[in-house]
Amino acid sequence: MSLEVAQLSRRFGDAQALRDVSLAVRGGEFVALLGPSGSGKTTLLRVLAGLDFADAGTVRIDGRDMSAVPARERGIGFVFQSYALFRHMSVFENIAFGLRVRPRAQRPPRAEIARRVEALLGRMGIAELARRLPEQISGGQRQRVALARALAIEPRLLLLDEPFGALDAEVRKGLRRWLRALHAELGLTSLFVTHDQEEAMELADRVAVMQAGAVVQFDTPAAILDRPASAFVAGFLGHAARLPARLSAGALHFDPLPLPPLPRAALRATPEAEGPAVAFVRSHEWRIRPAAAGEGNATLLHARRSGGREQLEIDLAGQVIEAEAAPGLLQPGQPCVVEAVTARAYADKP
Amino acid sequence: MAPGVSPTAEPRWLRRLLIGAAALLLGLFLLLPLAAVFTEALRRGWAPAWQALSEPDAVAAVRLTLLVAAIAVPVNMAGGVAAAWCIAKFRFPGRSLLLALIELPFSVSPVISGLVWVLLFGAQGWFGPWLQAHDVQIVFAVPGLMLATLFVTFPFVARTLIPLMQDQGRGAEEAAATLGASGWQTFRRVTLPDIRWALLSGVLLCNARAMGEFGAVSVVSGHIRGETNTMPLHVEILYNEYQFVAAFAVAALLALLALVTLAAKTLLERGTRRGLPA
Repeated sequence: MSLEVAQLSRRFGDAQALRDVSLAVRGGEFVALLGPSGSGKTTLLRVLAGLDFADAGTVRIDGRDMSAVPARERGIGFVFQSYALFRHMSVFENIAFGLRVRPRAQRPPRAEIARRVEALLGRMGIAELARRLPEQISGGQRQRVALARALAIEPRLLLLDEPFGALDAEVRKGLRRWLRALHAELGLTSLFVTHDQEEAMELADRVAVMQAGAVVQFDTPAAILDRPASAFVAGFLGHAARLPARLSAGALHFDPLPLPPLPRAALRATPEAEGPAVAFVRSHEWRIRPAAAGEGNATLLHARRSGGREQLEIDLAGQVIEAEAAPGLLQPGQPCVVEAVTARAYADKP
Repeated sequence: MAPGVSPTAEPRWLRRLLIGAAALLLGLFLLLPLAAVFTEALRRGWAPAWQALSEPDAVAAVRLTLLVAAIAVPVNMAGGVAAAWCIAKFRFPGRSLLLALIELPFSVSPVISGLVWVLLFGAQGWFGPWLQAHDVQIVFAVPGLMLATLFVTFPFVARTLIPLMQDQGRGAEEAAATLGASGWQTFRRVTLPDIRWALLSGVLLCNARAMGEFGAVSVVSGHIRGETNTMPLHVEILYNEYQFVAAFAVAALLALLALVTLAAKTLLERGTRRGLPA
């Protein structure tokens, strides 16, 4: 199964929901659509499923143009954000639905349907819920039912809209790992929408970062974290401090902030031309030491233990930055010296 | 504050006053007239009442009323579901106009709802000459009664369904589509079961009005005894002829039909509140 999206555009009134989106997904891949709300992720997913239509562009599945194929003939599994389970049907009937509505010639016999639904229930670990109604089970269980229902039709492509959005943090973590395993085990090709970058990075083989209806970067999590393609991507990912900067004379200057300039060679992303820029420095990319008398460009506001490190909130001439340090290095209120070890800088387009 | 008293509760005397006033009004305006209908019908015992009901014109009126309801209710059920479906599940140009049109029969006087058919299909109406030339009788005949009743009772089903269907959204239908269901399968297996209680409630209200409608039907009926008189019209005729017992006997039967309908509706609503599954 392969999916090719080419130059897809969609407009709702004045809002450009999709802007020239192109994307090629290989069979077996697990792809995340990551972006802030309103960036077009869900619209893209709905267009792929045939629940919405593009104004321009094509969607091809295994080379076949899907534009004239209605949703019900696409054979794409869709897991809705709010699950959209059939309220009046038991869990069993919900999962069996896709098989029961098949034309007589393709419909499996009754016993075969029951066998397949029970197998799915077992795989999802919800066998004991078969007779319950959706309103009688928990959010995490509903999520599994929605997934089982989508998988019952043996889809060639699985689409998940914010699959963990409505769940609490604990359930979320467990389901994430489980979904990753399931994807691998069943050999699925999946796309899921999320606004949670950790979720995208942990689950996906590749991540498509979306901004204002466009895919601004499509790459592996490691590559995206390492080389964000734009200031937007750098800012959206990886808890980075956004600093005003200027590239001149082969170095990045942070004025008006009291930070020493960084030579061009120390930068992990460099603007093409000299001039105003924005720089992103992640929390582990700072060097910090207690200030001796008469020096110091910053003050520790607050420290929080996290794992073997300490997360520091530091006041740098009025801008609060987050940094990491060894525990006990500084006391709150203590003056200190901070400098950036590296930074990713992008031209500051007006 | 005494335990068990809600912080938002009014003082006891005020609550009693309000409840008392409501009960008094209810008794005065709803129960008393209903009781009067049945008392007057049975004033001289069961025999005269029964006689009035078994008289051929009365039987014809009952039959016609049931026939009108039997046609108006299914037609408006189908039309109401279709209209509610369009309005609740889709956005299209003219949607608010359609919504306004659905409410039109509620907002115009029943007399006008009857008069429009006379203006369209009456002897002097737009299509009158053509109809006469082809020997088709609509006004002052059963088809006219049908049209007037259909018009007046159209909003009930749609109005009951629209808020519910809007609330439910399109998620379940979209899910059914991705699972391969056709439009009809989606409607029958997903949409209809979700709205069935509201639909029944709307149908019963529609039925009650279809049987009880007076104004619109009166304009198009022509009051031909045994032919175009429905029960409400028959009651009026009998009353104007000072046949009080007969008038009230037919009225009591009509009220009884309405009461049965309302009782059925209440029972259904109780079922819904309990959240009865499937």
